[in-house]
Amino acid sequence: MEWLDSFWSIYSTLVLSMGTNILLALSIYFTLSCGLLTVANAAFMGIGAYAAALLTLNAGAPFSLALLAGTLLPAAVALLLGPPTLRLSGVYLAMATLAFGEVVRITILNAEGLTGGALGLNGIEQLTHVGHVAGAVLVALFLSLRAAKSRLGRAFAAICQDETATELMGVHVRAYQLCAFTCGAALAGLAGALNAHFTFFISPNEYGFERGVEILAMGVLGGTGSPWGAVIGAVVITLLPELLRGLGYFRPLINGLILVIIILYSPKGLWDLLRGARRTAVATR
Amino acid sequence: MLAQQLVNALSLGGVYALFALGFTLIFGVLDVINLAHGAIFMLGAYAALQAVLLLKLPLPAAIVVAILVAALAGLLLDRFIFAPLRARNAPHLAPMIATIGLAISINSAVQGIFGAENLRFPVDALPAEAFQMGTIRVTLIELQIIFLSILLMVALLWGLKRTRVGVALRAIAESPKAAALLGIDVEKLFGVTAVIASILGGVAGVLIALYSNALFPTMGQPMLHKGIAVVILGGMGDIRGAMLGGLFLGFAEVFAVAYIGSTMRDAVAFGLLFAILLLRPQGLFGQAAQRRA
Repeated sequence: MEWLDSFWSIYSTLVLSMGTNILLALSIYFTLSCGLLTVANAAFMGIGAYAAALLTLNAGAPFSLALLAGTLLPAAVALLLGPPTLRLSGVYLAMATLAFGEVVRITILNAEGLTGGALGLNGIEQLTHVGHVAGAVLVALFLSLRAAKSRLGRAFAAICQDETATELMGVHVRAYQLCAFTCGAALAGLAGALNAHFTFFISPNEYGFERGVEILAMGVLGGTGSPWGAVIGAVVITLLPELLRGLGYFRPLINGLILVIIILYSPKGLWDLLRGARRTAVATR
Repeated sequence: MLAQQLVNALSLGGVYALFALGFTLIFGVLDVINLAHGAIFMLGAYAALQAVLLLKLPLPAAIVVAILVAALAGLLLDRFIFAPLRARNAPHLAPMIATIGLAISINSAVQGIFGAENLRFPVDALPAEAFQMGTIRVTLIELQIIFLSILLMVALLWGLKRTRVGVALRAIAESPKAAALLGIDVEKLFGVTAVIASILGGVAGVLIALYSNALFPTMGQPMLHKGIAVVILGGMGDIRGAMLGGLFLGFAEVFAVAYIGSTMRDAVAFGLLFAILLLRPQGLFGQAAQRRA
């Protein structure tokens, strides 16, 4: 088992961040799969991270309670934010959630007494183990795979295809969308809470526009046809920079170009590409 | 004091408006949220700086170089990213994600070549004159920024209204299919749009670099946020809305900094944006019927 120890000492951070990225990608999968383009996931992640970190730092709360709060608080915010915001559609919704994200970031930045402002929170206890992340990923993946095959998933798919027709069929579209938005917020918050407890340090800039865009890229790159798409997108986006480590200075350059090329050749996402390849393989057999 | 702030607001707002015009033009015609617009903005600024430093060109010629570089960037953007995705009938979000990748690449290439640190124009390259009008002090640069942004905006408005290309572009913005049926070369005009939009973005980059005299590889990022805010303020795809929205944001920011405090600058812009979206999702100056899905 020595190789496992040395592997772990080198790659544990990578594995843990891959896990939280999978949670984040699943969080945006929920909203994308029912046709909502929201980019507030980074903000929900931040709310979850700060809620959990403040609880363990200031109140000495147990980790489980911190994780619970980190999941529920963003979900509650989403429940409040959803009804007025989800009236918007398309890019307007994207921009409203983007503006909400900036408002959250700037609020954290300015609430210095509580959040440490731009300096962030330091010395968060490292409580997240690989088991926590793996467990969260497995539960989230299991639930979203089940949901995808259930009434809920079929309703999401129908809404994604044609909102008006679905509404006319008697499906309460707004309620399903609010459900997707809230579930996504809870998952993103959980990812934030877990993430905060293995990086020691959080600051508002980690939850800004760039992070939101990265989460969106994971969701779209993998494809929104199945929760597996989110997993693939998260794995690719986490691994790409690592695989290109030898390139030094120009690593982000190649990283960006690969993103462009993948989208050019598989605009519906990698999951679609893989499924397509499998189908062709079966057909030619 | 008030008049002085007005001058600041006008020059800043003019640049915001220019930037947002390019952003909204691509959205209106190509139906793409171009997240690489900030990177092209930065490219314009760096191109002008290199023209001054390496080629020893005077400022107006440097601006022409920036325009050429930005135009080329726009052409390549449409040719190698948007056009293939259109041909494949890609889903709505695909081009947006591709522009994210492109922006990362451009930023990192510029950082690799010119370094991450702040660069500035040499002092003797910039006009040093300033005019005193009563209590207001206006620098020649501020006047030039205001003049150039107004000139470009008027030219764009006139071009859209009076030229054949402009009329065709407006037709495409309404419906690409109907425009194609009427014999408009839609593919070619998509390319033209990307070029015009990128020129507007590139010039905005030069102007902001002159205004603050600081260039860095990620300078397009905050601008992109502001561009998005402006476009929402004015209504997505709305040309006049982008102009008014840009000026509005410039005024809101300058006055927020002057009278509330500099930490509130971004909070004002985005708080305002958020409130407007909830109350008037079609934008401040849009009409409800023009709302796009």
